[in-house]
Amino acid sequence: MRDAPAISYEQLLNWLRFIDEGLIEQRGFLTELDAAIGDGDHGTNLARGAGAASSKVDAEQPEYLDELFKLVGMTLVSSVGGASGPLYGTFFLRLATGVGHRQELTPEQLADGLEAGLGGVVERGKPEPGDKTMYDAMAPAVRAFRAGISSGDVASASRSAADAAAEGRNATADMVARKGRASYLGDRSVGHIDPGAASVALMFEALAAALA
Amino acid sequence: MKKLINGAEDVLAESLVGLAAAHPELRVDHANRIVYRAEPKPHGTVAILSGGGSGHEPLHAGYVGFGMLDAAVCGEIFTSPTPDQIALATKTVDTGAGVLHLVKNYTGDVMNFDMATELAGGIAVATVIIADDVAVEDSTYTAGRRGTGVTVLLEKIVGAAAEQGRDLAELAALARRVAGSGRSMGMALTSATLPASGKPNFDLGDAEIEVGVGIHGEPGRRRVPLGSAREIAAMLVEPILADYTFGGEPAVVMLNGMGATPLIELYVMFGEVSALLEKAGVRVARSLVGNYITSLDMAGCSVTVLRADDELLGLWDAPVSTPALRWGV
Repeated sequence: MRDAPAISYEQLLNWLRFIDEGLIEQRGFLTELDAAIGDGDHGTNLARGAGAASSKVDAEQPEYLDELFKLVGMTLVSSVGGASGPLYGTFFLRLATGVGHRQELTPEQLADGLEAGLGGVVERGKPEPGDKTMYDAMAPAVRAFRAGISSGDVASASRSAADAAAEGRNATADMVARKGRASYLGDRSVGHIDPGAASVALMFEALAAALA
Repeated sequence: MKKLINGAEDVLAESLVGLAAAHPELRVDHANRIVYRAEPKPHGTVAILSGGGSGHEPLHAGYVGFGMLDAAVCGEIFTSPTPDQIALATKTVDTGAGVLHLVKNYTGDVMNFDMATELAGGIAVATVIIADDVAVEDSTYTAGRRGTGVTVLLEKIVGAAAEQGRDLAELAALARRVAGSGRSMGMALTSATLPASGKPNFDLGDAEIEVGVGIHGEPGRRRVPLGSAREIAAMLVEPILADYTFGGEPAVVMLNGMGATPLIELYVMFGEVSALLEKAGVRVARSLVGNYITSLDMAGCSVTVLRADDELLGLWDAPVSTPALRWGV
């Protein structure tokens, strides 16, 4: 059997760039979502973090993917704040460990990395499905990516991951928040999309664009 | 918005400049926003570290000093500090005997301290979470009760015990006992206004109050018409007494201002609160009235009741020398 075509360093760098651009574009939208059920700083905090990560990457130009994702993770941890900082920071730090010391990845290796990242989020935030958190978008997306690469190419797998994340994001509107500041609203949180799930959907949309 | 600021972005940094100018007994790391004692503890003594979002002054930086904290890590206003800040503070205050983290129960704070403990690898860290706010009723289906007034009493009591040279395990056990024996409930007359947004966090009508409010303008239990001090005192004291049995033990009681309520009103409230507690058989052995854990310019107050015993009262009475609490020295 031939090896699956590799996912290049360039493509994954594009992923990070697209996340950064998406956050700048959707900063207002994410902040609006957060103002409704949180403290209204999600868009601003993430955009600041992604901007800081891009600058670091440009300055240090890490050679290997684990170094790249580790740099992103550490920068997010120290620049985002709130709960999103440690959650997204942990995602990228675990992604770094998960993909290993490589300059390109097979689809399976990227799936391993995404699963490791998701595992880190679970460990850090201890979410249950349906708690109305970023997990509700991230878990279906990571599952869809893994399923996608076993039956198709990486472009279609990342497309279905993005679709699953968007669906998961939309489903959070009907959920009652059980984690974070929104949980103090109880039933009053219903009817609002979780901002963390929305930023996860953005992240997987960026992945689909980068791997298209 | 009318505030004594230069620019909304600079409030925290500039307040730390002022803190350093006013208190040469503190050492401020401005780059990392950490406040230390200028004179570190002797080698082999457990260090006590706390921190959180800013906007609750004097908490936590105002409690750095002999008999309380070794350092306070300052986050942006109402935003948790980051793991790298907390890890750096942890490494700096450790004298070889370990560090006790006192963390208010908010999702962001808990995760950032958790991650900081990993980053500070190799240092013995014990963490005690404070979750004393009885306003959060359904704690199974929420992020849990919030950490509020008990934090102040805990930092004082555990800080005193640390000066005696107790080890990390003993101090963590003491901190858990104190955290478990205190309850708080707060109310707001007005909302806080964040410098960055310039608008009140929530809208309260002229004749309305929010009962069971948090210290970041999170929603409370309910919104009710403004009542008399006596009626409001009952709204705060009753849920505390319903939640925990204080028995005939001595109690430490704090009547805390949220930031914009004058001391004369806080004393009116304390009179009402202590009368209610006495009627319920709670013996007020020690008291604290003033602005100790605030929410920027929110008007209102909170009540904290801590069940004590001779040991805890002894630690409460022990000398303390910080910007915001000072006695016996």
